Amino acid sequence: MSDTLLQIRNLDVRVEEKEILRGVDMDIRKRETHVLMGPNGAGKSTLGFALMGNPKYEITGGQILLDGEDIIGAAVDARAKAGLFLSFQEPLEVPGLTLESFLRSAVQQRTGKRLRLWDFKKKLEKAMELLQIDKSYASRDLNVGFSGGEKKKIEILQLLMFEPKLAILDETDSGLDVDAVRVVSDGIRIFQQEQDGALLVITHSTKILESLQVDHTHVMVDGHIVAVGDGNLVDTINTDGYEQFLTKA
Amino acid sequence: MREKSQVDDINRSIYDFKNEDEDAYKLQAGLTPEIVDKISKEKNDPAWMNQFRLHSLQIYNSLQVPNWGPSIDGLDMDHIVTYVRPNTKMSAKWSDVPEDIKDTFERLGIPQAERKSLAGVGAQYDSELVYHNVREEVAAMGVVYTDLESAMHGEYADMIRTHFMKLVPPQDHKFAALHGAVWSGGSFVYVPPGVTVEIPLQSYFRLNAPGAGQFEHTLIIVDEGANLHFIEGCSAPKYNVANLHAGCVELYVGKNARLRYSTIENWSKNMYNLNTKRAIVEEGGTMEWVSGSFGSHVSYLYPMTILKGKNSRMEFTGITFAGEGQNLDTGAKVVHMGEGTSSYINTKSISKDGGISTFRSSVVIQEKAAHSKAAVSCQSLMLDDISRSDTIPAMDIRCGDADVGHEAKIGRISDEAVFYLMSRGISEENARAMIVGGFADNVSKELPLEYAVEMNNLIRLEMKGSIG
Repeated sequence: MSDTLLQIRNLDVRVEEKEILRGVDMDIRKRETHVLMGPNGAGKSTLGFALMGNPKYEITGGQILLDGEDIIGAAVDARAKAGLFLSFQEPLEVPGLTLESFLRSAVQQRTGKRLRLWDFKKKLEKAMELLQIDKSYASRDLNVGFSGGEKKKIEILQLLMFEPKLAILDETDSGLDVDAVRVVSDGIRIFQQEQDGALLVITHSTKILESLQVDHTHVMVDGHIVAVGDGNLVDTINTDGYEQFLTKA
Repeated sequence: MREKSQVDDINRSIYDFKNEDEDAYKLQAGLTPEIVDKISKEKNDPAWMNQFRLHSLQIYNSLQVPNWGPSIDGLDMDHIVTYVRPNTKMSAKWSDVPEDIKDTFERLGIPQAERKSLAGVGAQYDSELVYHNVREEVAAMGVVYTDLESAMHGEYADMIRTHFMKLVPPQDHKFAALHGAVWSGGSFVYVPPGVTVEIPLQSYFRLNAPGAGQFEHTLIIVDEGANLHFIEGCSAPKYNVANLHAGCVELYVGKNARLRYSTIENWSKNMYNLNTKRAIVEEGGTMEWVSGSFGSHVSYLYPMTILKGKNSRMEFTGITFAGEGQNLDTGAKVVHMGEGTSSYINTKSISKDGGISTFRSSVVIQEKAAHSKAAVSCQSLMLDDISRSDTIPAMDIRCGDADVGHEAKIGRISDEAVFYLMSRGISEENARAMIVGGFADNVSKELPLEYAVEMNNLIRLEMKGSIG
């Protein structure tokens, strides 16, 4: 199992004294695409935040191993440098910090090396073109005044610029129109295929999954993983909904 | 280019105390006409200036210390002369310069040779050559750029006499009176009609004059249709043994003229910065202030603009950063006199580690200032629970036909924003510095690039070790 990337073992997570996740297990190998589905309030986003290390999410039991290393005590930026990425459902705005200088600082700090500015600019230009983001956005303040859809595109832009090993995409498709879903899916596919990235796609709809090759599906209800399957499980849910799983929780 | 300034050794023969006579020392503890006369002689003042100083001294002695702002109890007002004429024996050795200042020099990457100069303990930094070149370049356009002392004797003597402390009279407040009595050093700039000075003029060249940087006087006259950018200050911390700064800035903006006055100030953290700045703007003229306050223990600083002429306008962009042990009371004032005048005050303040930052604004719209517009926007950022931020806006609107707006916001760095940036591989310290830097962006945008870079470095430095 040398190509195991992420192992979640019996994970319990609490937020403000409230148990949200109980006994979650998951294994993600390199280049795999996993989908985490479930009704609203099941705890899907909590898993994303807990993996990334948001201090509000307290881990009360279990293990998270990234490349075999337990990362539960690791700082958020250390997790990012180790190859973890979280696409936020509601990306934050940072007034006065331009998108480009943010990306440049982040790339530089991730690698710890001096940035080759020319290469960086080329790569940024290409990624923005692919995601159909207007060039002028590079010099705009990070997410400030961006529409919901634009913010999601900026998240995927970061994904392509940082090239993490595992990207957790939290409801990236919500709030996107049909065209935007297509563009974002194109970006995700490039991450999957050209950058050999692994994915954990958190969603409660299935729009974004239509154009992605899914290897594993996990269904979460009330903080538990209640069903595991292959890509076909997505289709089942698509037609039948979550009804069949609710009783198991 | 980095700005530098220093306080030089004071001429011993004039300022040394006679220590053998205890009583004589005590007698001289207050500021006397004799002391002021001595300063006047040393400066080779014309008779009117000598009179002006003595008159200011009388006013000084009759006024009370202000009691409405941060405490200045740390100033020994009974021994004010020790601030005016510091004992040369106090004048520092390198080893007396506080470690945090040495450390900051190190971090800002200031060359060794200049550090001592900045700390006020070394030889004068040799800026004369640069200064001469700049002066000659602008002189070709008819611009006068010189020190105030020598200008009092030259071709512009009358101009100085008719403008000096007319905008900020010594009656204004106790420290304005003190300034009138003991002022020393500073700049005089005159830009003739229609001339645009392409390069910003910098006070750094003048602040190297002996005694400058403590009671320096800046007098700038921008004549009709002329255009000037003047930069005052220094982003490197200046260390003064005598920790009182009571400078005065008077700016005259002519008809359809434009003046931008930028300041980055980083006094050492023992300084009482009681500075007075004022501008008067004629018809169609524009006054722009850019002001960054980082240093000092206590500051009282509220640059004021009098919009006298029709359609004159002013814009004030400021940032104040109060850290541990600092109480910075800053803001801006504007008086709308003319019709169709407009003002925009936009400030940001940051407080951390128990620092107190207070923003005061005063907007006055007089009866005749019809169709005037005034907008005040003030945003504060507190970096922890022990710091403080206050906003004290005052508005006095005496004209029915005026458009006035005020907006104040006080906030904290959101944990979620820090988490967001950290999740991209950015360290917590850098994430916070980036958010604070972004908050200060409106000021850095207004500064020439090299100053903007320095200001961002300053913020970064101030943010260092800010994570508990």
